[in-house]
Amino acid sequence: MTILLTGTASDSHTWNLVYLRLFLEERGHRVTCLGPCVPDQLLVAACAESAPELVVISSVNGHGYRDGLSAVRSLRSAGLRMPVVVGGKLGVAGRTDPARRALLLEAGCDAVFDDGDVAALRAYTADLAATASPPLPVAPWAVA
Amino acid sequence: MRPGGAVLGSVRRAAAPDPDPGGALSFGGFVARAARAGRLVVQPRMGFSDPGRMRTGLAATRSAAAVTVGTLTIDSYTRVGDHAGARAALAEGARLNGYPITAHSAEQTLAVLDGIADPAFPVQVRHGSSRPGAIVRALAAAGLYATEGGPVSYCLPYGRTPLADSVENWARACELLTELVPAPALPHLESFGGCMLGQLCPPGLLVALSLLEARFFTHHGIRSVSLSIAQQTDPAQDADAVRALRRLAAEFLPPDTDRHVVLYTYMGVYPRTEHGATLLLEDSARLAVRAGAQRLIVKTSAEAHRIPTVRENLRALETASAAADQAAEALRRNAPGPDPAGHSDSAVYREARAFVEAVLDLGDDPGRALRTAFARGVLDVPYCLHPDNAGRSRSFLDSAGRLCWAETGGMPIPPDKARDRARTPLTSDGLLAALYGVAARYDNPSPGGRILSPAPSPS
Repeated sequence: MTILLTGTASDSHTWNLVYLRLFLEERGHRVTCLGPCVPDQLLVAACAESAPELVVISSVNGHGYRDGLSAVRSLRSAGLRMPVVVGGKLGVAGRTDPARRALLLEAGCDAVFDDGDVAALRAYTADLAATASPPLPVAPWAVA
Repeated sequence: MRPGGAVLGSVRRAAAPDPDPGGALSFGGFVARAARAGRLVVQPRMGFSDPGRMRTGLAATRSAAAVTVGTLTIDSYTRVGDHAGARAALAEGARLNGYPITAHSAEQTLAVLDGIADPAFPVQVRHGSSRPGAIVRALAAAGLYATEGGPVSYCLPYGRTPLADSVENWARACELLTELVPAPALPHLESFGGCMLGQLCPPGLLVALSLLEARFFTHHGIRSVSLSIAQQTDPAQDADAVRALRRLAAEFLPPDTDRHVVLYTYMGVYPRTEHGATLLLEDSARLAVRAGAQRLIVKTSAEAHRIPTVRENLRALETASAAADQAAEALRRNAPGPDPAGHSDSAVYREARAFVEAVLDLGDDPGRALRTAFARGVLDVPYCLHPDNAGRSRSFLDSAGRLCWAETGGMPIPPDKARDRARTPLTSDGLLAALYGVAARYDNPSPGGRILSPAPSPS
C-alpha cells in the first residue's frame, strides 16, 4: 500500500514518525512522511496530489483530538475519501476520551488507535492491504 | 498550594541566596548566587492553559523546599504561531498543553505573576517557537525577562520553518528582548541546543550546538545566557558533556557574558514506574552537582503518561533538590568542589570543539555560519526530518550504553570505531529498544540498583 504519514498542525514531535515509518515499511508498505507541524492545507494538498491508499496521523503533544478532528474534516470536506486513521497521545489527561474519539470517527476517521497500540495498527493495515494492491518487497531503512 | 507551603516557603527563602535588592533583576544573577551558596537551582517544565491553575503552579514552585525558579511553558498552538488557534481553543474550553501567553492579555499574565514573580523568584518563559517574536513581546509586556530557544534548536528537529527564516527570526528576537526589557532587568536567553533530538544524538554535537547558539545570542546583544545539555544514556559521557560545555563557554563566549550551565533530566521515553522515574530524576541531580551544572530542569513521575499535575511537579522539585544537596555535601567532604572545567579533555570535549571550530571557520556571523554548516552537512543531526538537515549522520548505542556515531556524513569527525557492530539496518524494534533503553534500565533495576533517598510523600 502507499501510505502518507503525518504529524498534526501543532505537534512538533518526530520520534513517533521515525518509528512508524520503519514499522510500516517493514510490513511492505511504501511510506511518504510529511514530518511534524503539518497544517491542514498542506495535508489536503499532499493527499490530493499523491492519492495515498491510507493516511496515518500520529500525535503525542496532547492536542491530537482537536488537531486530528480539524485534519480529517479538512480532508473529507475536500472530497478525499481514502481511509484515514489517527493515533498517539491524543489528550493531555493520559486516558482515552470516548466522546472525543467518537467525534473523530463521526468526522470521517476510519480508526482511532490508543497510544502505543501498534498491534491494532498492524492488524488494520494488514486487513486493508489484503483488499488493496499486493505488498511491495521489504525495504528496511538502513542505519549504516 | 499544599498546607505546609508557607512554612516550607520561609525555610526555602532562608536557605536560598539573598536576592540582591539593589541590583538588576537577573535570572543569571539568581542562579549565580545559588551556586555560590552551594545550591542547585531546580525548575519545572510547568505550563497550564488556565491562568488560575498556572498561578497555583507558580506559587507551589515558589514554596517548594528547594531553590527554585518558575516556568511558563507555552502551548503548541502559540509555538507554531497559530495565535488564533490558541484563542479558539481557549474559547472552546479545551485544555492546552501550555500557557497561551499571546491569547491571554498582558493584564491576565500580570495577574498570574502578581506577588509571585520577583527578584527572589524569577520566572522563565519556555516555548519551542521558530517564530518567537510575538512570545517575546508578550513576555516583556508581562514584566518577564528570561526565555530560551535558539535559531537551530527551535527549528531543525521540530518544525517546518526554513532554517534561514528561523535564524532571521531569532536574530530579531534577541534584539527585541534587549529593546523591550527595561533596565535594571537583564534579558536572559537559554540555548535549547543541548537538548534537540537529544535522545539519540551523541553529546559532542549537542554541546557544540548549545555553545554556537549562545554565541549567536551574544552576537545579537544578549549579555546573560545559559547553555543546556540533556542527561542521556551514560553517566560518564553525560558528565563529560557538562564539563565540556563549561570549558567551551569559557573559551568561546565573550568574557563579560554572564553564563551558567543547565542540565535537563532525561528527555526521552521516561520510566513508567514510580521508583524508576524517581531514581532517574535523582541521578540527574547528582550528575548536575558532580559535573558542575548550576540549574536542573526536572521531570516528574507522571512524565511517561501525561501532562503532570502541580503536586507531581512539586514532588519532583523537592526530590531533585534533596538529592542535589546530598551530592553537594558528599562532594564537600571528599573534594574541594566540582571538578574544574579546565581539566576535561574528554572525547566529548574534543568532538564538540571540532564542530565549533569547523563552524566558526565558516564566517564571523554566527547565524550565517550555522546555515552554511547545515547546508554543507558540517552539522548534521541524526534522525532529524527537517529538509535543511543533510540527514547523512546516524548514531547508535554501543554495548556499554554510550552514544556513538555510525555515520558522520560531511561532519568534521570520524565515525566511532565500534560502528562495524552497528552496521545492521535499523529496524522499528531496534529503534524502540534504543529509545526505551533508559526507561527499561530504570524500571527494572539490576540487584545492585537502589533509590538513595525516598521521594517526599504527597500531603
